[in-house]
Amino acid sequence: MGIKFSLLAVLALVLVAFLGVEAIGMNYLFGVLVPYLAFFLFLTGFIYRILKWARAPVPFRIPTTSGQQKSFSWVKQNKLDNPSTKLATVGRMALEVLLFRSLFKNTKMEFRQGPKISYQWEKWLWLAGLAFHYSFFIIVVRHLRFFMEPVPGFVHLTESLDGFLQLGLPGLYITDLLFLAAVTYLFIRRVVIPQMRYISLPADYFPLFLLFGLGVTGVLMRYFTKVDIVKVKELAMGLATLHPTVPEGIGVLFFIHLFLVSTLMAYFPFSKLMHLGGVFLSPTRNLPNDSRIRRHINPWNYPVKVHTYEEYEDDFREKMIEAGLPVEKE
Amino acid sequence: MASVPKANELIAGTDHKPPKTGWMDTPVEFRPGTWCYSGKSKNLEVVGLPNPREWSPIDDDWKLPENWKEIIFEGLRERIHKYRSFQLFMDICVRCGACADKCHFFIGSGDPKNMPVLRAELLRSVYRKDFTLAGKILGKMAGARELTEDVVKEWFFYFFQCTECRRCSVFCPYGIDTAEITIIGRELLNLLGLNIDWITAPVANCYMTGNHLGIQPHAFKDMIEFFVEEIEEVTGVKIEPTFNRKGAEILFITPSGDVFADPGTYTLMGYLMLFHEIGLDYTWSTYASEGGNFGLFTSHEMMKRLNSKMYAEAKRLGVKWILGGECGHMWRVINQYMDTMNGPADFLEEPVSPITGTKFENAKSTKMVHLVEFTADLIKHGKLKLDKSRNDHLKVTFHDSCNPARAMGFFEEPRYVLNNVCNHFYDMPPNTIREQTFCCGSGSGLNTDEYMEMRMRGGLPRANAVKHVHEQHGVNMLSCICAIDRAVLPPLMNYWVPGVDVTGVHELVGNALVMEGEHERTTDLRGEPLEGMEDSDNEDL
Ligand code: HEM
Ligand code: SF4
Ligand code: SF4
Repeated sequence: MGIKFSLLAVLALVLVAFLGVEAIGMNYLFGVLVPYLAFFLFLTGFIYRILKWARAPVPFRIPTTSGQQKSFSWVKQNKLDNPSTKLATVGRMALEVLLFRSLFKNTKMEFRQGPKISYQWEKWLWLAGLAFHYSFFIIVVRHLRFFMEPVPGFVHLTESLDGFLQLGLPGLYITDLLFLAAVTYLFIRRVVIPQMRYISLPADYFPLFLLFGLGVTGVLMRYFTKVDIVKVKELAMGLATLHPTVPEGIGVLFFIHLFLVSTLMAYFPFSKLMHLGGVFLSPTRNLPNDSRIRRHINPWNYPVKVHTYEEYEDDFREKMIEAGLPVEKE
Repeated sequence: MASVPKANELIAGTDHKPPKTGWMDTPVEFRPGTWCYSGKSKNLEVVGLPNPREWSPIDDDWKLPENWKEIIFEGLRERIHKYRSFQLFMDICVRCGACADKCHFFIGSGDPKNMPVLRAELLRSVYRKDFTLAGKILGKMAGARELTEDVVKEWFFYFFQCTECRRCSVFCPYGIDTAEITIIGRELLNLLGLNIDWITAPVANCYMTGNHLGIQPHAFKDMIEFFVEEIEEVTGVKIEPTFNRKGAEILFITPSGDVFADPGTYTLMGYLMLFHEIGLDYTWSTYASEGGNFGLFTSHEMMKRLNSKMYAEAKRLGVKWILGGECGHMWRVINQYMDTMNGPADFLEEPVSPITGTKFENAKSTKMVHLVEFTADLIKHGKLKLDKSRNDHLKVTFHDSCNPARAMGFFEEPRYVLNNVCNHFYDMPPNTIREQTFCCGSGSGLNTDEYMEMRMRGGLPRANAVKHVHEQHGVNMLSCICAIDRAVLPPLMNYWVPGVDVTGVHELVGNALVMEGEHERTTDLRGEPLEGMEDSDNEDL
């Protein structure tokens, strides 16, 4: 049900853009106003969410320790999985964010009657995750050429690295393939693995369809129907320099693509995609395990009712004296 | 106690296929063996927990307070603002499923709501409905749902089917720790008076008498003195421990389970022998006579209330620092919470071993040292005379308890000690030890008899790994550094891997420790004959 709903939602988005541009000719709306609004929502929404998390205090130091703690000089600490300094914690975070280190530890449980349980190699999610995120990232970087004049060197470099296969004309980008393949894998995995399907919400399928739609319209424009790149750049530069114009004759496919991007941007801050920002704030990863070494302060620590020693001695004084236990008050 | 099906029958019907109905439409079924008895009013009253009354989870009417919904919403709101962890974990899960098959309760029960991600969704769905825009507008489509009494019952069922072991959080790409969610979930339940007797009774006892079992001061002393006699029988050495002694250098605190129940008591004998042999200037306390802290399984506040006794007693007695015995969740509380909650311990000194002069740099602020660290340091400096062969009748493996593992990172110290006190040590497979260790299945206050079926299910992955080394290397002794483990692993082993016994690390230290003035040992601390001594006559011992 979630699948159908999400698929229909994305198809509806496509249809809206198609009709809006093709039938009613609202090119300015879809080419300028919607992207601006979406970008505004993305920016403010993103910042709002981050600030909201950042405002919540971290009362306790609760890193998940995935390796040997700092101990004696003769015991080798696992600094990256159980950091006790800020620097090592930054290292841990870098590995998480850049290489998805925790996900790399993934295994798959095999349960056989007997019972016998074993844990199998399973790096596909990690691999597809990396492929997906990096190709997405590179594609975004490549898109900067539309928004910048002159095009910066690193964008050219990215393009040439990405197109190193030099297949076909225009040259095939590896990341286009990787991106579609990875998104497809992530989707199939969700549908085929019974537990995954069971936990999946529309909010899990929707971004996948949206991204897939984005990728497909992008690929179509680049390799098949060929949009007028010069005009697209004119529009993009207009947006970037706050002098928006909508050149004639760009083709509806572009507007569909742009509308899907706008949807992604507007949707981003209100969805699970915010894990992008959240991962940096996760208290089980971004704190050193040093709370025996340095006192961590809880800003809302408050006094609590305790049963004091004096009360305890009052309860048991006779018995304590009889048993020869020292007491404060005879 | 609910009867538990035989081992082979128990999992015969267990597969991991989710049911046809979606999880929001699948009601919970309170089958015997899968839930714990409710907290008794008298215990709730002792510590002032809300809504004391007589009720049972299998009743239709749970006698919730009139305004229970409001209480939950207020409780949720408060905690979202107090804990960044909680707020973030409510928001950023992508449901990638990496955590799903990492939970021992899911592995052992096949119940999809025991996948950490779904356990969290049980609460997340309600959070979405009332605290997120998408949930308010899109409702079920956004994974949001109404808070109803059935939802609360489901929470009760599944938040008391999580041992707060943190295994899931090792694998989550964002470090989402379902244990944190369970901790908050239980706090919310407690606001309505929904708790279990096996937790509230120890909490009340610990509050009033200083320990879970409610052992009164004179009895506590008696019990330890009983073990002094046992030690004299085995070794011929007479030990004189002191209690509530002002001016001692060190205060020693361990879980009261060690004082009370086998095989923890043998571990306790190990502690006593070690301290005597090195001439440690230390004292026991009858007031702070509990290392464990079932407050952690109730609420952050209760944890703080119970934990406060450690520093208070250290201050009253004027000791220099505190030494802590073998316990799992006790060490989570000490490592992650104690100094923050009840510190600063500026009345204590930075711990230094009086025997070796080693400074415990990693305990500079809390001023509390783990006994296994302490012993490892003694051994490293050659301060102990150890006869490993006295453990030759044992083939030993080590169970990393969840809390020292994933809330501390305590892996090498116990292994170093073990390798120095026994000749036959075999680790279990890498996916089942250290940070990936499997829970005993009975942690976080779920070690009660009426819950035996779930315990056997939850403990299956641990047992399965023990079975592996039992079959490969003939392992017959499972060592651990946790009092709950010592209480719950024996029935687990009996059930899944008969022929494997359970011990604390310091019991093995006690066996190997060559003491000044001891007579020839013919048995270990349990009275079992040592290797080569099977024929010797120990009748007269
Ligand atoms: C920094 C650490 C990050 C980690 C560890 C991470 C990991 C993941 C994982 C495991 C998934 C789930 C795949 C699935 O559906 O099964 C996912 C999905 C996704 N991530 Fe990230 N991510 C990170 C950062 C980012 C960033 C920087 C972006 C920027 C756009 C991003 C965008 C997405 C999107 C769009 C999805 C949707 C695919 C889906 O819904 O499944 N992520 N991420
Ligand atoms: S591993 Fe983390 S992100 Fe993935 S489903 Fe589990 S809790 Fe959610
Ligand atoms: S903390 Fe442990 S018991 Fe709880 S959900 Fe995670 S793996 Fe399961």
